[in-house]
Order: sequence, then C-alpha cells, then structure tokens
Amino acid sequence: MAIEVRIPTILRNLTDGAKTVEGEGATIAELITHLDKNHPGIGARLVENDQLRRFVNVYLNDEDVRFLGGIDAPVSDGDTVTVLPAVAGGAR
Amino acid sequence: MRFDSLLGSLGHTPLVGLPGLSPSPEVRIWAKLEDRNPTGSIKDRAAFFMIEQAEKDGLLTPGCTILEPTSGNTGISLAMVARLRGYRMVCVMPENTSAERSQLLAMWGAKIHYSPAEGGSNEAVRVAKRMAAEHPEWVMLYQYGNPANARAHYETTGPELLADLPEITHFVAGLGTTGTLMGVGRYLREHKPGTQIVAAEPRYGELVYGLRNIDEGFIPELYDETVLTTRFSVPADAALKRTRELLDKEGIFAGISTGGALHAALGVAARAVKAGERADIAFVIADAGWKYLSTGAYEGTLEEAEERLDGQLWA
Repeated sequence: MAIEVRIPTILRNLTDGAKTVEGEGATIAELITHLDKNHPGIGARLVENDQLRRFVNVYLNDEDVRFLGGIDAPVSDGDTVTVLPAVAGGAR
Repeated sequence: MRFDSLLGSLGHTPLVGLPGLSPSPEVRIWAKLEDRNPTGSIKDRAAFFMIEQAEKDGLLTPGCTILEPTSGNTGISLAMVARLRGYRMVCVMPENTSAERSQLLAMWGAKIHYSPAEGGSNEAVRVAKRMAAEHPEWVMLYQYGNPANARAHYETTGPELLADLPEITHFVAGLGTTGTLMGVGRYLREHKPGTQIVAAEPRYGELVYGLRNIDEGFIPELYDETVLTTRFSVPADAALKRTRELLDKEGIFAGISTGGALHAALGVAARAVKAGERADIAFVIADAGWKYLSTGAYEGTLEEAEERLDGQLWA
C-alpha cells in the first residue's frame, strides 16, 4: 500500500496529466521528496525554504497539514493527501 | 420581541440542540440558526457592521455607491442595508452562481457585474479591485479584509454563543472571508480559554481552482491561522449528504455550505466520543436552503445532486 496524492489541475503538467499519483514517506516532507523523484519539479512548486508555499494548501485525510505539524506531519500507508491552491472560494 | 426597525432585529438568533445527530448525551451538537437574520443569512451581521463603520469614518455619505465582490449573501445583505440608507450598490459576482442570488440582488436594487466562472471568487475580487481603481469615488467595503466583518462576530455572535452555551468546547463554522471564525474564535479564546475553533473549508470542483499559476492564489487579509485549532476541507458530496441529514433527522432546511460545517462538527464529535471526552459543539447554520432550490440539491439521489452541483459555487 502507498499514500494516494491528489494533484490539482495546475500541477498536472508535472504528472503527465494524472489526477492522482502514489507516493511514499513517513512525513509530508518525505512524501514530497519522493514525489519529486518521480515527477521532477513538483517539489519546488509546493515547498520553499523548507515550508509549504504560501498559496499551497495540503490536506491529510481532509485536514490541513498546517495544523498537524506542517511538512513534518506524519503520514502512513493508506492516507490520502490532497494538494490545492488557496482560492477565495464561493458564496461570500 | 419588539424592535424599532428590521435592522434592529439583527442577531440574537436561536441556538438549537440536535438530539437526532448528537452521538451521545455527553457529546452534543448545537446549531446557531443564522438564517433567522433580516435577509436570511449570517452575512447581515458583517454587512451592517461594515456599513456602520464606513459611515462613522465618513467614507459613506448619502448617494454614495458601494462596490463589493460577492457571489451571494454578503451582496444581498449589503443591498438591503444600502436600499434603506440611500446608497447605490454594485456587486461583482462569478457567473456560475445560482439564479436566486441574481434575483434577490436585483430585488433590492443592486446592479450586478458578472465575472468569469474560471477562478471563482478570486476572479471576482480581481475584477472588483480593478473597478474600484477606475471609480475612485465608489466605496469598496471589501469583506475579505475589513476588520468590521470580524468585529461583528466578536461583538455579537461570540457573546451570544457563550451566553447560550457556557459549557461550549468547540466552535465550527464555514471558512470563506474568515470573518465569522476570526471574530467568534478570538472572543471565545479570550472568554472561554481552551475552546477549539474549527474551520470547514468547502472543496469545489476543479473549475474553481483553475488558476493560471499558483502564485495567483488568494488568502483573505482577515485570516489569522493562530485563531484556529484546525481546518477541514469538505468535498461537495459530504456537504450534500449532511445537508440532507439535517433535513431528515432534525427538520432543518439549510443551505449547502451548512452541510459542510455539520460534516466537520460530526467529525469533531466522533473524535470526542473516541477519546471518551465530553463535548458541546456549536456550529453555524449560515443560511436556509431557499436560494439553492434551483441547484437541485434537495431532489433525487445524492449522486444526481452532486453531478448537478459540479462546477457551481455551492458555498
């Protein structure tokens, strides 16, 4: 088993158009490093100076990883990680 | 209850228990019925406070035009207050919002300027900022960065919640401008330390995240991460399912974003049960379901409803 990572439209040019890819690692940081090996360039789009980029949101099983330890948040097999750009959203 | 005018009746909304959805007598869920505000949504609080503040600051004078990027409730609230106070109102709204919203805005005399569906409210904000630069005499209250938005909840929603539910352990609300969560969150953190503040962020279809590059993202100026305990991303199918459960189990007819907040509240409740802790969880019914009838959210199977909702701004 691996960790399922959902990729937003804007980054799919780096995953050959794939909406979801699989990754490995014990933390979000390790997962991103692993992703970058298979999809070169994706790491730099998500992380800057060892922090998630300002307009990048990463959710571990639907919970924002910024509240779970940031890129050091632990992950394990079977988890789902969703990457989304920060947007203003809808009905305000 | 008697008030001098409709605006005087703002707030003081009921807090009702949800015996059919609460997991146990020790872990209870409470709903704050914000649809019981003058125009039917929680946004009346922010709209009224933002206009009052702008009047106090001398920014708004009779005959002024108010400009606001809004795909719905804030625009409706502002349009109503503007009509009563003699201001013109121009809303910048993404084209993929429900028909009822346009009708309600027009009803209170607002002019609507549509922005492209791609990019959702990000694009509406950008278009509104451009229009504000072209019309320096217009007043953009700018709900995403106006401190009076959060202050409305610090001064009214927060105190109402604590008065009605002194044993509150969690507050859950939808995350948009972040005004509700920042205002109520700060109030509860100061007056009931240890209360957990939980955000439910709607997760839309892909169209809404269609930025040209990631640096075009948007974070409301009001947002302060340190006020929150945590933040959940709620997909449309979960929000729809919970909106239906509210109807079936509690008889509450709420808008779809409320289903998202309930989803997070139930998640928090399940954690409390698992940990064997007592919890009193209050969440916000942001509006009722009337404005969303045309989306088909309440008809047919959940799968059909979800399909109809794809690409729409449901919260």
